[in-house]
Amino acid sequence: MRATRKMSRRALLSQAAAAVAVVALAATGCGKSSTEASTKPSKDGAYSGKGIGLAYDVGGKGDQSFNDAAYSGFQKAEDEFKMGGRDVEPQDNESDADKTQRLETLAKAGYNPVIGVGFAYAGAVKDAAVKYPKVTFGIIDDNQTTAKNVADMVFHEEQSSYLAGVAAAKATKKNHIGFVGGVDVPLIHKFEAGFAQGAKSVNPNIKIESQYLTQTAQEGGFSSPDKGENAADGEIDAGADVLYAAAGLSGQGVIKAAAEHKIWAIGVDSDQYNQAPLAKYKDYILGSALKNVGGAVYDLAKSVHDGKPLSGEVRGDLKTGAVGFADSNPKYKAMTDVVAAVDKAKQDIIDGKVTVATK
Amino acid sequence: MKKFDKERVLTALAGPVIALVLAIVLTSVVLLASGKNPIQPYALMLQQLPFSDIQVLIINQASLYYIAAIAVALGFRMNLFNIGVDGQYRLAVVMTAVVGAHLALPSVLQIPVLLITAMATGAFWAGIAGVLKVTRGVSEVVATIMLNSIATAVIGYLTLTDVFGVQVGDNVTTGTMKKSGWVPGIDLGSDVGEIYGLVFLAALLGIAYWVVLNRTRFGFDLRATGASETAAAASGVNAKRMVLVSMLISGAVSGLAGLPLLLGDTHTYSLSFPSGLGFTAIGIALLGRNNPGGIALAALLWAFLDKASPALDYATPVAYDKEIATIMQGLIVFAVVISYAAVQQWSLRRQQRRVGAELAAAVNTKKEVAA
Repeated sequence: MRATRKMSRRALLSQAAAAVAVVALAATGCGKSSTEASTKPSKDGAYSGKGIGLAYDVGGKGDQSFNDAAYSGFQKAEDEFKMGGRDVEPQDNESDADKTQRLETLAKAGYNPVIGVGFAYAGAVKDAAVKYPKVTFGIIDDNQTTAKNVADMVFHEEQSSYLAGVAAAKATKKNHIGFVGGVDVPLIHKFEAGFAQGAKSVNPNIKIESQYLTQTAQEGGFSSPDKGENAADGEIDAGADVLYAAAGLSGQGVIKAAAEHKIWAIGVDSDQYNQAPLAKYKDYILGSALKNVGGAVYDLAKSVHDGKPLSGEVRGDLKTGAVGFADSNPKYKAMTDVVAAVDKAKQDIIDGKVTVATK
Repeated sequence: MKKFDKERVLTALAGPVIALVLAIVLTSVVLLASGKNPIQPYALMLQQLPFSDIQVLIINQASLYYIAAIAVALGFRMNLFNIGVDGQYRLAVVMTAVVGAHLALPSVLQIPVLLITAMATGAFWAGIAGVLKVTRGVSEVVATIMLNSIATAVIGYLTLTDVFGVQVGDNVTTGTMKKSGWVPGIDLGSDVGEIYGLVFLAALLGIAYWVVLNRTRFGFDLRATGASETAAAASGVNAKRMVLVSMLISGAVSGLAGLPLLLGDTHTYSLSFPSGLGFTAIGIALLGRNNPGGIALAALLWAFLDKASPALDYATPVAYDKEIATIMQGLIVFAVVISYAAVQQWSLRRQQRRVGAELAAAVNTKKEVAA
């Protein structure tokens, strides 16, 4: 610093401006882009890509829920079509530019389809799809992108949550149930809305506890089992005896708390009764509100593999079986009145007799 | 004026250099312990540097880090620990996005209005902690941490669809800002990307920081108060006023931290807007020793680790975990604290020894004269 003291302020300023300009120009001058669009000729008919490129949402692989559901479809397609693939975790505090970079790197490397798991990838998919028109992109939980090479895979989560609500209202002994949402965002509001409507269709006077773990995903609402456990303990203390968690990895904490208090928990996204890390608590998992993210990943991979890539909005509902209620627990199946009520509710939704609200 | 002071430069550089070397060594130990090649990840990351799209990503990210770190450093110089940069910049981004979506002025007015909105919001939020400190003696550390949480709640309220929120699919945004408030960047083509226009604002802030601290009465008062509050008070500095003013300035600067991204790229606040910048900035300000040049290097280094590390995932034949970069960033912060303390001790002892030697020499010559 001492050496620069002699310099006048103006000289310092112009020097710094020049330095910035040099750095800026250096970016243009040297090197090429790491994701320059490759113009590989695609052979007609046969699949020529390297496999599926799967980019995870916050929480990443191992959440026993949303991201793992995507991974299961990825694995299934990989095995079936021998197409290989690569799955990539997100970074902390990343911006859209990083997500775009991730998808473009996958596309550049030859992966096809390239799938963004979660609505946070909406902007990134849009940008990458323009740059790589020959690659099929998929996005889960968003329908804002309309391009020929983009498949928007969305779900009627409120329908499966409605069934969870019916099951909870039927199974409760105290007419008191609880909902734990991971993050206070519209996507999760859909789960709560469906759950509440389903429960009230059984018993209009039922008491429903509701709690969201965090305001933003960055605070860990989808990835903190401890937060889930605390919230569940609170709702159990308040008197709820069936808990429904739509909270990604945090849902594990809810299920743990429910099992410790020997009350029912309802899982989400994947069939959580069959998940190894939750085996200890599985007797207390009444069922799971399924969202077949894995199926969506698989379907898209299959369509690309067969040379007829999906495009546009692909919405999964009870009719297509993309959402539903898992009944793997034999104790659930033994409660025939609960099962009958859930089955009837399902049929009513499919027949259009019941429309489930989304907020 | 003294000439080039070797001792000073040596102690200034020794801290960061030792910290970096220590962090690299420790990261290699982690790699070795997990049975990986301890050198190759660095090579893989460095290979990313020549790619111009990676350079653009690094510069853009570094501009956000730089502004936030300048805000932190301003507090540090004054012995204030502004942990609230995170809440200040997020709230400022939301307010700016809201104003930008509802106000339509020509660009020459719109952009300054947006910048002032951001600075005012950041200053207001930091000012709460400042007022609490000077009137009630509440530690700014506690107050700003709590204000971070409150900011999150306020943002949650502001982005409700019946307040200012606009739902796009399953995402919540604050609506797209009017075009006149977009700051054009340097477009380098679709393959490379665009350098945010406000990267230059970051550079200007760095210069302003240096000028204000080293060339103004206010800067002198600030450094004096930071060095010793009682001594500063004795020489006529109003310490309370200094605390409040520097908190306001630190907040105003942090208010700008998210703007390069907001005005240059996203043009809306949404659920996927990055958070946590304020905490990263603390590490960067530490590594940069509160010096504008040092912070710039530290911000670039941090951004480099962020943007070059994803390539580790795709490395062939052996892929590495990109979290190596996160480990390294953590170790840098850790090593910085240790190495600075060590270097300070060492330089103090050197000084003492030198002074001791000079004194002894003086005594000896005196004796000779007497004899």
